Amino acid sequence: MDMIIMQVSLFVLAVILGVELITKVPATLHTPLMSGSNAISGITLVGALLAAGSGEVGGLWVSVLGMIAVTLATINVVGGFMVTNRMLRMFSRRG
Amino acid sequence: MSLSFVNLCYLLSAVLFIGGIKGLTRPRTAVRGNLMAAIGMLLAVVVTLLDQSILSYGWILTGAIIGATIGVLLATRIQMTAMPQMVALLNGFGGGASLAVAVASFLSTSGPVAASGIVGLTAIGLTVLIGAVTLTGSAVAFGKLQELLPGSPMGFRGITLFNGALLVAALAIVATLAAGNGGIGLVLVLTAIALVLGVTLVVPIGGADMPVVIALLNSYSGIAAAAAGFIMGNTVLIVSGALVGASGLILTRIMCVAMNRSLASVLFGSLSEEGGEAMDADEVYAGKVKSSSAEEVSMLLETAQRVVIVPGFGMAMAQAQHAVRDLADTLERRGAEVIYGLHPVAGRMPGHMNVLLAEAEVDYDKMQPMEQINPHFAQTDVVIVIGANDVTNPMAREDKGSPIYGMPILDVDLARTVVVVKRSLSPGFAGLPNPLFAKDNTLMLFGDGKQAILDLTGALNEAA
Repeated sequence: MDMIIMQVSLFVLAVILGVELITKVPATLHTPLMSGSNAISGITLVGALLAAGSGEVGGLWVSVLGMIAVTLATINVVGGFMVTNRMLRMFSRRG
Repeated sequence: MSLSFVNLCYLLSAVLFIGGIKGLTRPRTAVRGNLMAAIGMLLAVVVTLLDQSILSYGWILTGAIIGATIGVLLATRIQMTAMPQMVALLNGFGGGASLAVAVASFLSTSGPVAASGIVGLTAIGLTVLIGAVTLTGSAVAFGKLQELLPGSPMGFRGITLFNGALLVAALAIVATLAAGNGGIGLVLVLTAIALVLGVTLVVPIGGADMPVVIALLNSYSGIAAAAAGFIMGNTVLIVSGALVGASGLILTRIMCVAMNRSLASVLFGSLSEEGGEAMDADEVYAGKVKSSSAEEVSMLLETAQRVVIVPGFGMAMAQAQHAVRDLADTLERRGAEVIYGLHPVAGRMPGHMNVLLAEAEVDYDKMQPMEQINPHFAQTDVVIVIGANDVTNPMAREDKGSPIYGMPILDVDLARTVVVVKRSLSPGFAGLPNPLFAKDNTLMLFGDGKQAILDLTGALNEAA
């Protein structure tokens, strides 16, 4: 039970930190912020890798679902960071 | 590698994400922030791959290659005007990934992703629920933005009640699962219910409210990742998911404030609000609308000292951002000052207009947000409204009975002359006539947005 209390604390503190970090964002950066933070939410890739790589232990379905998750999360991460970078470069071209 | 080393690396990843998000909130540091977050992601992935609990790499490699290919293609090929669809799609993929992880975790009896106990099982249930809602909700948002689905609100009477019932059923299943009852069959039922819920939640929301929906789905994709973190007790997932969840919520709130609507009314109100009597468009416009020509407007522009351009979704649709930039350049060469006035919810996603104008190489400083530009309309000679409608509707300021009363608008009607570039007098997303079009100081320039702007630039150049 101690473990879950610690994890919940971590979650709550991270939410508060997120709120504090993002209160003042110029409208210009709303879209890149969304696509960039979206790429970060692709962190679920870590769970996907563990599932897809669990081998015989988990059984076929775990591996298949893991692979689907790896595919989707990778699109999310690679696509997200790249498109954010592309947008931000347009902004900073004349920065 | 020892578990503590892995966890320390995850901590470093989380710190890089925090630094990255902080960077993304300032123009100067945004590129670096994005890079920082990407490095954090790379670190988390590499450390996970070296983890001894990973026994086979075949499935991982297959998924990673397919995913990376699609990701690169999407990111490099997508047009800037299609960015709202892209973000919706990416949100959906994130939710889908969390959903798949949760189901895989439920099926594992042992191994790195296996969950047990009330905490793990509750987390699985919630991840399935949020992940599936994000997946299909984003798919519907994508469909509306790509115009595969009608942009207008769709649904049936009592859809809110229907959604409520689905949510209650889903939560009951989550509780049953948490108590250790029910097998994979029940998880699949939960998945199905949540997938339907995602559709029925977004379908009744109209095109104009899409900025709110996209920001909210962005938040959901983060919360789904955090929930997946609780399944495995993985701290980096919890922290980064929470950060993204918070950032999405804040953007959602900014969008709601910009429309003077509560989140609840955006999510549930669009169908029920239609009771009020609509203002008669003919009555508003009768005989008072002045249609103009490119030549006439260009004569006005020749003597204008200060011009403000107000773009809306119509500019995105007509792909007119480069033409607009050319017009602004022409005006500036003639000695006029040109500013862009941007409403926070213009377009279909937060910051949509800024991205398009940046693509057309418009300077930062010339894009001014509503609060900054509004006091200056009175000293403006000509305002060119291109493809924006509701965000300029003076009824929001004057008519207490209007459904959009109280929404902050761009006070374009205070300028000496307003030129509205528009296809027809058809109403905007709110379905209301716009008295601005009938004002004495308003000239309508009917036609395709891009062509009209090109004609204007042409007429101006001829005059010179």
